[in-house]
Amino acid sequence: MSDTLALVLRVLAVFVVFLVLPLVVGQTEHKVMAHMQGRLGPMYAGGFHGWAQLVADGVKFAQKEDVVPAGADRRIFQLAPAVALLPYLLVMIAIPVGPHNAVGQALDAGVFFALAVMGVGVLGSLMAGWASANKFSLLGGLRTAAQLLAYELPMLLAAASVAMAAGTLSLPGILDAFHWWWLPWQIIGGVVFFTAGLAELQRPPFDMPVADSEIIFGAYTEYTGLRFALFLLAEYAGIVVLSALTAVLFLGGWHGPFGDAGLGWLWTLVKTAALCFVVIWLRVTYPRLREDQLQKLAWTVLIPLALVQIALTGIVKVVIS
Amino acid sequence: MTLAAAGPGFLSPTGVEIAFVLVGLATLGAALLTVTTRQLVHAALWLVAALGGIAVEYLLLTAEFIAWVQVLIYVGSVVVLLLFGLMLTKAPIGPSPDADSGNRWAAVTVAGASAAALVWIVADAFRTTWIDFGGAVQGSTEVSGRSLFRYWVLPFEALSVLLLAALVGAIVLSRRTGAKGAAEAVAPGTAGEERR
Repeated sequence: MSDTLALVLRVLAVFVVFLVLPLVVGQTEHKVMAHMQGRLGPMYAGGFHGWAQLVADGVKFAQKEDVVPAGADRRIFQLAPAVALLPYLLVMIAIPVGPHNAVGQALDAGVFFALAVMGVGVLGSLMAGWASANKFSLLGGLRTAAQLLAYELPMLLAAASVAMAAGTLSLPGILDAFHWWWLPWQIIGGVVFFTAGLAELQRPPFDMPVADSEIIFGAYTEYTGLRFALFLLAEYAGIVVLSALTAVLFLGGWHGPFGDAGLGWLWTLVKTAALCFVVIWLRVTYPRLREDQLQKLAWTVLIPLALVQIALTGIVKVVIS
Repeated sequence: MTLAAAGPGFLSPTGVEIAFVLVGLATLGAALLTVTTRQLVHAALWLVAALGGIAVEYLLLTAEFIAWVQVLIYVGSVVVLLLFGLMLTKAPIGPSPDADSGNRWAAVTVAGASAAALVWIVADAFRTTWIDFGGAVQGSTEVSGRSLFRYWVLPFEALSVLLLAALVGAIVLSRRTGAKGAAEAVAPGTAGEERR
């Protein structure tokens, strides 16, 4: 019975994290972007520096009318936000936050699970793009698919390099095998993984599929109210998942210079938060890549780099064993 | 009949076996809808359900690694490629009038025959094999990798050569049409006229 209780508690904890962290990242984005651009950002909602802005946004979204276009494919149109959001919740279950089995559910092939399920989330954008019966949405869906196909491969190769180094596909297992010198050893793979992950999330500078100055908001053009909010939530949950995965795979997760045993979860959080900050920073810094530049970056830069990393991992692994 | 009696019987199914049959039925239903629906994109999405159902079946058979590979390759990539292709066509919202092929009966015959052959062969080969859920996991990444690279290296390598050949073939084919396309780009009017 206590096993069942422990499982329920773990899943509940993951769910709470899933509800809270994306909102924190969203609020951070408001404030960080504002200060980088010499503005203040939201200041009124909730009193202290506008901390409740996203809560107010949520209330606003919930009040809006739920519109489905007359020409749309109703059921698929309504199902798409759930397909986009749920995979990230599932991935969070497999991400370890601390030592001694501090993970929602330890999986034997955790790396594969995380990447496979993250790939499913893109189906939501494709469904939205097609079912909206809108040419801008369709273009957005097309670009989403092209981008996913190009960036899935370097992401997988980079993750495979870490799995080779650790000799296991399990995320807690990879962390158990981690040493500090993995940082310089796997740095190329880390950069490739993070960049490809950004592209998969369609975050700037890889936001061609939702480029607002060309195709309004891509696949999400026809959405309003709660369903639109769910797509936004999926984006922020994606940022959290990508940052946490990068931290676990390439930055050592709960390992830190001191206090691993007691403060391990704090190290994971600090690394994840730092990477989330970088994601926001990149959005403010870089202009949008054109479609041909996007494809070129994936096929001629990231994939060769990932292959170099795999070769390097193999050589070092053979030498030290 | 003595062989069947050696393993657990069919008359007292466990929870996992019941779940396996139910998921199998759902997968079969999704697969039937894939080939019978008149809406092209719906067919692709029912295919997602069918492929996902197969992944769940793998999980129930304790083959965790294979299950996630199934999700990654088929649901995550092949279906995305399919949808990408469908978006480039005029796949309408609502039923496509020309979605039915004239070869319906030939297709049903071939599908039925191959299904019967597969069921017969698989049932015959694994009739007395039972998965012991209490013992060591038989489908973990380590076990799969060990058997793949210890006993099945040659087929594995042969397959990779086959895939390489397919890749090279695809490049050759696309380059040939690419050269034609370039020629058309030089003289678009004349090439278009010739084709008509």
